[in-house]
Amino acid sequence: MRAGFADPVFESQRVFRGVLDAMAEPGRVITLQAPPSSPGLLHSATVAIALALLDFETPVWLDGAAETAETVAHLRFHCGCPIVDDPARARFAIIASPGEMPEIGGFDAGTDEYPDRSATLIVQTGGLVAGSGLRLSGPGIATEARLQVNGLPPWFWEALRGNHARFPRGVDVLLTAGPSLVALPRTTWVEG
Amino acid sequence: MTGSTEARARWMSALAQAEPAAVEAAWARLEPEPVYRLLRAAETGLVMVRGRAGGTGAPFNLGEMTVTRCSVTLDDGRVGHAYVPGRDGRHAERAAVLDAILQDEAAREALEPLIIEPLVAARRARQQETRARVAGTRVEFFTMVRGEE
Repeated sequence: MRAGFADPVFESQRVFRGVLDAMAEPGRVITLQAPPSSPGLLHSATVAIALALLDFETPVWLDGAAETAETVAHLRFHCGCPIVDDPARARFAIIASPGEMPEIGGFDAGTDEYPDRSATLIVQTGGLVAGSGLRLSGPGIATEARLQVNGLPPWFWEALRGNHARFPRGVDVLLTAGPSLVALPRTTWVEG
Repeated sequence: MTGSTEARARWMSALAQAEPAAVEAAWARLEPEPVYRLLRAAETGLVMVRGRAGGTGAPFNLGEMTVTRCSVTLDDGRVGHAYVPGRDGRHAERAAVLDAILQDEAAREALEPLIIEPLVAARRARQQETRARVAGTRVEFFTMVRGEE
């Protein structure tokens, strides 16, 4: 068993602030302070977000690569979150192997009355570099932002455009790579 | 409940319900001083205590109590937990480390008579003292039968 945050209150507040900043400025790369250790294949940013945001009220779905006994034990102990088998019931999803992830439409997109009751996908990537690559536009971006993402399948971006089209429903995506985080909320339009 | 779970429940209960000072004294007797890492530092919160009238009725909420919990791990991977009443983080941390140590069979045989039994005995003595004190004010209630039938 591994340790969680050394100082749970202040460290989770810092991570929360980081996620808030990332959501407010889609495409901006935020570096989160890493927790002491990460179980299984999880990146340190993924673990930091999990420790800060998950609790007993947020059912979590893990993909096959993420769902190791060590990771499940870590999340259960430190977050107390239920682990669910059905992606549609999850509030958060941790996806360690995006190439094999289920369709984005399979996750809870909220309802027209309560679009906030949707899932947030934490997708681990091979690297996040701002300044070149994909074009992002939408709320929180003055003109356009550029973001290069390694290790995601090409169909992912098409699926994200489909997610954008469902507004106000839809899921929000947090991309992680090591300690780095980029948020792609449902309002962001992504072009190859 | 398996035998080992029962035994563990017994020592966890003894450590949790002991006086913090008694746990501290037991800690001082440990040789050498244990090496451990904190998994979850001591934190204080509330738990709802539930009861059943007569032990068999529908459950009801009796009230909340303050509890401090702590989890530690030893170098060999054994994990110890403690939930103790009150706000004494040091008590919780000591109890969690002792829980981890006692899971080893050899350590348990050596330490249980030395540490756990005195704590159990002290608690029993405290309870008996309380019983003796309140026995003097005991009132027996009974209902008069009016003999209508």
